[in-house]
Amino acid sequence: MEPITEGSAARTTERISVQTNVLNANQQTAAENRQMFEDRNLLVINLMSAPGAGKTTLLEATIRSLEGRCRLAVIEGDLQTDLDAQRIQALGVRSHQITTGTVCHLDARMVARALAVFPVDELDLLVIENVGNLICPASFDLGESLRVVVCSVAEGAEKPRKYPVMFHKANVVLINKIDLAMASDVDLEELEANIRSINPNATVFKLSSRTGVGLSDWTDWLQHAVATRRANVMVGA
Amino acid sequence: MHEISIAESILEIADEQARAQHARSIQLIKLRLGEFTTIVREALEFAFEIARQGTLAEHAVLEIERVPILVRCAVCDKATQPVAGICLICTVCGFPMEILSGEELQIEYIEVETEEEWSQWNRSQKEVPREQQSESLSRPTS
Repeated sequence: MEPITEGSAARTTERISVQTNVLNANQQTAAENRQMFEDRNLLVINLMSAPGAGKTTLLEATIRSLEGRCRLAVIEGDLQTDLDAQRIQALGVRSHQITTGTVCHLDARMVARALAVFPVDELDLLVIENVGNLICPASFDLGESLRVVVCSVAEGAEKPRKYPVMFHKANVVLINKIDLAMASDVDLEELEANIRSINPNATVFKLSSRTGVGLSDWTDWLQHAVATRRANVMVGA
Repeated sequence: MHEISIAESILEIADEQARAQHARSIQLIKLRLGEFTTIVREALEFAFEIARQGTLAEHAVLEIERVPILVRCAVCDKATQPVAGICLICTVCGFPMEILSGEELQIEYIEVETEEEWSQWNRSQKEVPREQQSESLSRPTS
C-alpha cells in the first residue's frame, strides 16, 4: 500500500494492490466439490446448452440406455419450475431441483448445498443439468469431471462461433436433433468444423434423442468413462 | 445477466481489502477484463452501479482495462491475435492454438480513502505480520 495523493488535512487516498481473480470464491468451492467427487471416484457431468437444445430429453434417453449399467442421479438447475426434475423422477432416478429464481447459472456453492441430499457414496454418475444458457454457465466451475455441451442442429451451424467461450471449455459436444438437419438447412459437417475451429480437442457425437440415431455411441462412451473412473477405486483399494 | 453475480463478487473482494486497511470509502476499482470471457462490459458497469449502493464503494469508479486475446501455436511458436471468428487452429500448420491472454477477470488494485492517522498507523505496522496485529482493534471515531 502506498499513498498516491494527499487528500484534505485529515484524509489520504491510498492504492491497495489486490491481484485477485473475481471468481476465486467460486473456484475454491468448486475445488472442494471436485476433491469430494474424486475421493469417491464419482464421474460428474456439467450438462449445458441453450434453452431448447434438448438437454432433458437427451438425459431421459441417456438414462433409459444406461439402465442397469450404472447408478446415477441428477441435479436439475432451472429458473422457476421443477418440471425437469419431475421428468427424471418419473424414470425412477433420484433427482434434486435447484430453483435459481433470477440467477442465470448454477454456481459451485449451489451444487455443494445440493450434494447434502444425495447418497454420493452409492453413485457412479452424477449429472448436473445447468440452466439453459450458452453464456453465463461457462464462467462458473462446479467441480465437474466433464463439461458436456449440447448443441442442436436447429440452432444453426454458427452457434459455436457465436458463443466461443462455452464451446472452447467443453470436453464433449453433443450435436443433437440430427434428424432435423435437412429441415433446418444445416450442414452437419460445417457445424462440426465450427466446433473444432474453437475447440480442436473436444469429443463430438452426432445424435438424435428422439429417433435414437447415434445415441449408443454417446452412451457407450459415457459408460466407458464411468467404468474407467470406477476402476480407480479397485486400484486404490 | 451473470454480471450481477460478478459485480457482487468484485464488491465483496474490494470491501474486504478496504476494511482491512480501515478505509472510509473505496474510490476506484481497477479491473482487468479479458476479451475471451463471457462478461459484457456495459452489463457489468450497469450491474456495478446497482450493486454498489450502500457499500464502501458507493461512489467508486470501476475502471476496466480490456485485455486482448492472444494465442500461440506450439509449432510456429508465434503469439498472434486469432483470425476472425476466433478460430483457434493455426492457419499455417493446422495445430490447435494455446490461449496466452484474454481470459482475465482480475482486480488489480483499489484506491481507498483513509484517515491520515490510520494511514500513518498502517505504515508503522508494515513490518508486523498480520497475525500478530490485534484483531479487536477498532478504528477511532472521527
